[in-house]
Amino acid sequence: MTTVPDNDPTLGLFSVLRDDGSSDPQADPFLDDPTLLGMYREMLRIRILDERMLARQRQGRIGFYGTVTGQEATPIATAFATRPEDWIFPALRENAIMLARGFPLEKWLAQVYGNSADVLKGRQMPSHMSGRAVNQVSWGSCLGPQLPQAVGAAWAAKLKKDPVVTVGFIGDGATSEPDFHSAMTFAGVYKVPCVLICQNNHWAISVPSSRQTSSKTFAIKAHAYGVRGARVDGNDVLALYRTIKEAVEHARTTSEPTFIEAVTYRIGAHSSSDDPTRYRQESEVEAWRLRDPLVRYERYLRRAELLDDALKASMSAAIEEQIATAVRAVEPIAPPPRSSMVEDVYATVPRHLREQLAEMEAHPAPPSAHGAGH
Amino acid sequence: MRATYREAVRSALRTACRRDERVFLLGEDVGRYGGAYACSLGLLEEFGEARVRDTPLAESTFVGAAIGAAIGGMRPIVEIMTVNFSLLALDQIVNNAATLRHMSGGQISVPVVIRMATGGGRQLAAQHSHSLEGWYAHVPGLRVLAPGTVQDARDMLLAAIEEPDPVVVVEHQFLYPMEGDLDETAPPVSPWRALVRRAGKDLTIVAWGGSLPKALAAADVLAREGVDAEVIDLRCLRPIDFPTVLASVARTHRLVVVDEAWRTGSLAGEVVARVAEDALYDLDAPPMRVCSAEVPIPYAKHLEDAALPQVRQIVEAARRARGPRA
Ligand SMILES: Cc1ncc(C[n+]2csc(CCOP(=O)(O)OP(=O)(O)O)c2C)c(N)n1
Repeated sequence: MTTVPDNDPTLGLFSVLRDDGSSDPQADPFLDDPTLLGMYREMLRIRILDERMLARQRQGRIGFYGTVTGQEATPIATAFATRPEDWIFPALRENAIMLARGFPLEKWLAQVYGNSADVLKGRQMPSHMSGRAVNQVSWGSCLGPQLPQAVGAAWAAKLKKDPVVTVGFIGDGATSEPDFHSAMTFAGVYKVPCVLICQNNHWAISVPSSRQTSSKTFAIKAHAYGVRGARVDGNDVLALYRTIKEAVEHARTTSEPTFIEAVTYRIGAHSSSDDPTRYRQESEVEAWRLRDPLVRYERYLRRAELLDDALKASMSAAIEEQIATAVRAVEPIAPPPRSSMVEDVYATVPRHLREQLAEMEAHPAPPSAHGAGH
Repeated sequence: MRATYREAVRSALRTACRRDERVFLLGEDVGRYGGAYACSLGLLEEFGEARVRDTPLAESTFVGAAIGAAIGGMRPIVEIMTVNFSLLALDQIVNNAATLRHMSGGQISVPVVIRMATGGGRQLAAQHSHSLEGWYAHVPGLRVLAPGTVQDARDMLLAAIEEPDPVVVVEHQFLYPMEGDLDETAPPVSPWRALVRRAGKDLTIVAWGGSLPKALAAADVLAREGVDAEVIDLRCLRPIDFPTVLASVARTHRLVVVDEAWRTGSLAGEVVARVAEDALYDLDAPPMRVCSAEVPIPYAKHLEDAALPQVRQIVEAARRARGPRA
């Protein structure tokens, strides 16, 4: 029997940031200061935004919310490592990539409220946002389909000879779904310019990653499908940036796919409907808190004298103010009119829907619950 | 005793595990978590990992494995978190579980129970909120049950486990917290019969599962208007107990069918068609259907409420079925 050699990169863990805030000089991508601070600001923004939105959900102002606390590094590294023309096919925890790629916060918030300023017109759950303007697609609540779609979109780019790369995401849990395996097979066989990233956050609701595979790592699966593989510290934004950037540009120039496992941890609950104390130990969460991606990155920035208490405080205050202003603007907006529901089922509203709408409008509208909350 | 619908499901699961060694539960988050809707809470502790199995996140695989286990002599009960996720297992359910007895010349049976949550009303948007029980009810070889009361949540599930053929049990998400009377010692009941939940003489309302409480509430409203509605709980969606429906229509001469699925191609259409075929001349007015708007179920509460059948619309349909001649 041959075993996988221990020096295989798909078994090891690529990292840049060290605990003392220094970096591995061999690995550090040495980004310019605005980029370094920009990534920090965006990570901080998601952290704060998640806190504020979860509070809104608890107050009953929005119907649902899923946070990404502890996993901010992967989406932000992706946003910075891709070009505007690249496509993002997120899974559960990458929603905010679009914000970091320039999507306006107010429009994004309107989707959370599902009101009439929402470009998705109140039809999709929060944390499932998408935007054509920033080439980000909504993930399927029935987990998995975004990965074959990412491969297909990359295939289209290859056929059209567009220098466009797609980045598709999946959780560790959903690697057990057939779509993951089919997507990897297809990416390998057709050699399409995509990067498939598994955020291994160790849990799929209550089911640990050990229940999803008995492979030594997720990254190692790349070998079986003939795809390049990498395993990276998912709480190290510099390691992620370097790995994803390399994979994206490699895909752009050679049309070769890469599968990346980002090893991280879901600090918060699965979603606003979950209570994680039912299935995991607080000590495990505490251990991962020590490796918080924001804290680790902050140490690096402070050591490089790019960040100090005053700058951090002013950044936080500016973000809080931006969110508060946006919430104030968005919260009073009325829900979408009932008649909007029959739009976009097809490109034009067919007769049966016009009839059903007429029937609906013959009844008085129920008292409007403002916004989308219960 | 008083119990919730979810407790009644749990009671049936517990009873089944206790009385039959071959029974085991499997699905996503059914063990440590106790199920996404807490139906199997405490069962892992009581019966152990061998009988309450958290599976990898792979519907088609764990349904396929359950079919295999059933062929191998076990009595698996599968939980699929929502009907939308069951679509990933359609090939196993429709092309395999439903056909194996027939295609093996009767040599192989697949005694598997597949439970799934269905329906909308909780702001979970289209991919968690559909009502596709009619799809399963279309397929020969399957039996499809839709318990609409707390007692039925227990009794019908226990009956399903006794079945030698594959049974799909649809549990409406909205019913899980509903309270009602539960007799945990009730003798076995036939799950295949429709039942008259409320007797009435002026019109028949047919409903099942999550629409049953709405139909009963509509009947209460109608009663205040002096209209005496009969409410039939269909309970079993395949095979459908048409004699009970036809007998009711023969008494009331008017029909309203409530179905949370989309109207075109719905089970409601099947019920109406059958009444038209067998009892057209019993009807004094055109039959009415109250169904969901034919759109993917939206997230925003205002839109979701407008998309799903509501008591108000059932009442309205009943008034129209009563017609000017009433
Ligand atoms: C097909 C399907 N099955 C089950 C679910 C229910 N569900 C939602 S999220 C989830 C766990 C996902 O875990 P993972 O892929 O690791 O992503 P994470 O939540 O950890 O980011 C499950 C089981 C679903 N949404 N879709």
